[in-house]
Amino acid sequence: MTERDRLAPRLARLGARSRALAALRGFFAARDFVEVETPLRVRAPALEVHLAAMTAGPGAWLITSPEYQMKRLLAGGMERIYQVCKCFRADEHGRHHADEFTMVEWYRAPAALDQIAADTEALVAEVARAVRGEPVVEIEGRRIDVGRPWRRLTVAEIMAEHAGVTVRGDEPAEELAAAVAAAGIDVGTATHWDDVFFTAFVERVDPALARMDEPVLLTDWPVRLGALARRSPANPAVVERFEAYVGGIELANAFGELTDPVEQRTRFEADLASRAARGLATPPIDERLVAALAEGLPPCAGIALGVDRLVMLVTGARDIRDVLTFAADEL
Amino acid sequence: MYDTSDIRKGLKVLIDGNPYNVVEFQFIKPGKGAAFTRTKFKNLLTGAVIERNIRSGEKLEPANVEERDMQFLYREGDDLTFMDQKSYEQVSISAELIGDPADLMKDNLPCTVLFFNERPVDVTLPTFVFLEVTAAEPGVRGDTSGNVTKPATVETGAEVAVPLFINIGDLIKIDTRTCEYVERVKKPA
Repeated sequence: MTERDRLAPRLARLGARSRALAALRGFFAARDFVEVETPLRVRAPALEVHLAAMTAGPGAWLITSPEYQMKRLLAGGMERIYQVCKCFRADEHGRHHADEFTMVEWYRAPAALDQIAADTEALVAEVARAVRGEPVVEIEGRRIDVGRPWRRLTVAEIMAEHAGVTVRGDEPAEELAAAVAAAGIDVGTATHWDDVFFTAFVERVDPALARMDEPVLLTDWPVRLGALARRSPANPAVVERFEAYVGGIELANAFGELTDPVEQRTRFEADLASRAARGLATPPIDERLVAALAEGLPPCAGIALGVDRLVMLVTGARDIRDVLTFAADEL
Repeated sequence: MYDTSDIRKGLKVLIDGNPYNVVEFQFIKPGKGAAFTRTKFKNLLTGAVIERNIRSGEKLEPANVEERDMQFLYREGDDLTFMDQKSYEQVSISAELIGDPADLMKDNLPCTVLFFNERPVDVTLPTFVFLEVTAAEPGVRGDTSGNVTKPATVETGAEVAVPLFINIGDLIKIDTRTCEYVERVKKPA
């Protein structure tokens, strides 16, 4: 295929992508955010069990997200920062996944998670307006209004309503597996808490989210899926985390950031133990991040939003490759 | 064993003892969770389609199935004999397995036979067959609308509903998926 033929169907979307990025930078500039650039090649990658960082030479990895370095900038006193950068996640290929993709990540300190939720709603509406002239996105031919306040649902609510499963967040894996099986969902060989949870989520909740005609912020995630989020003061079984879903596309993940160095180390060690038990790589803990938390961080909140997916939504693309200059198999 | 990275269209796997074919798949990965491959499988024996979410790390068992190009040779009662076009090996398949299209099979018809654990389990005919009408009420000239039909018998003995203008000796095209008349065709000179 010639370059001309390959690119022709994408030209309009690549133009829209450029306008979306300009609108995005304008959005943050208007709110006094500082655009930062942190290294893509790091000495300690994310340790979450379901993220596979790509190695980049001895003792080095490519980031799966710039979160560790950006939190160190918050510890250094920066208050409103954002970054648009490439992130890399091995073995992720699909209609909504590319193993090299573009993320926009932003943080506010001091701030609560609500402010990040408000930013998210405003940013998506503004980018849609810049590209399409109205705060509406399009998925699989359906129009979704992103200009009004987005619907808030807790994980417990959506799991109860669509999977028929009661999730507390801190129950043992066996108890959750029994509840999932009782709801008529085959858990197969899943034994870990998160695998059982996501078996039910993928089977029942994902399709329900895809049918919803309004954007959703899915809040109050079980503490076992806490990653870098702090526990909710109101309910220690859940964390301050939301995921933004628009037309079934998982657009962003946000945390009320964990700032406690002791709990952070405990979670890193638990991740490493879990990785070892599954036979996965066990890279080093980012000691400089832990030290930065010990130095002291104000209450803060941050989010990672998939730029390619945002461009898909504002251009009505069905496949992530439609908004990329080159998909992995075109190199 | 296959794992989720092997999933692609046409992959043949064993689920609950039955052979399935992957017809569609999509990579999904919920936030902070394991990757799944949402996969649609078609049962190669019944045609029924099921959907399963296969978690990364789960295994799929390969199905011992093989498609072979075979030629229909002859029918004896309810048994149809086919010959492998490469090995010339012959196998006998009951008409029951083929269903109604068995009555549309003429000698030498090329077919695809699906074997599961070395046994024939399904026969796919060409989508269209061309058969001569051997018995029908006389044709009604002028009525070419095709809306009104009459029964006609074709050379294999099958009875097919045809438009009124069809006559004995006409060659007709029949869809083997529905066993229905499609159109009248010119006989080769």
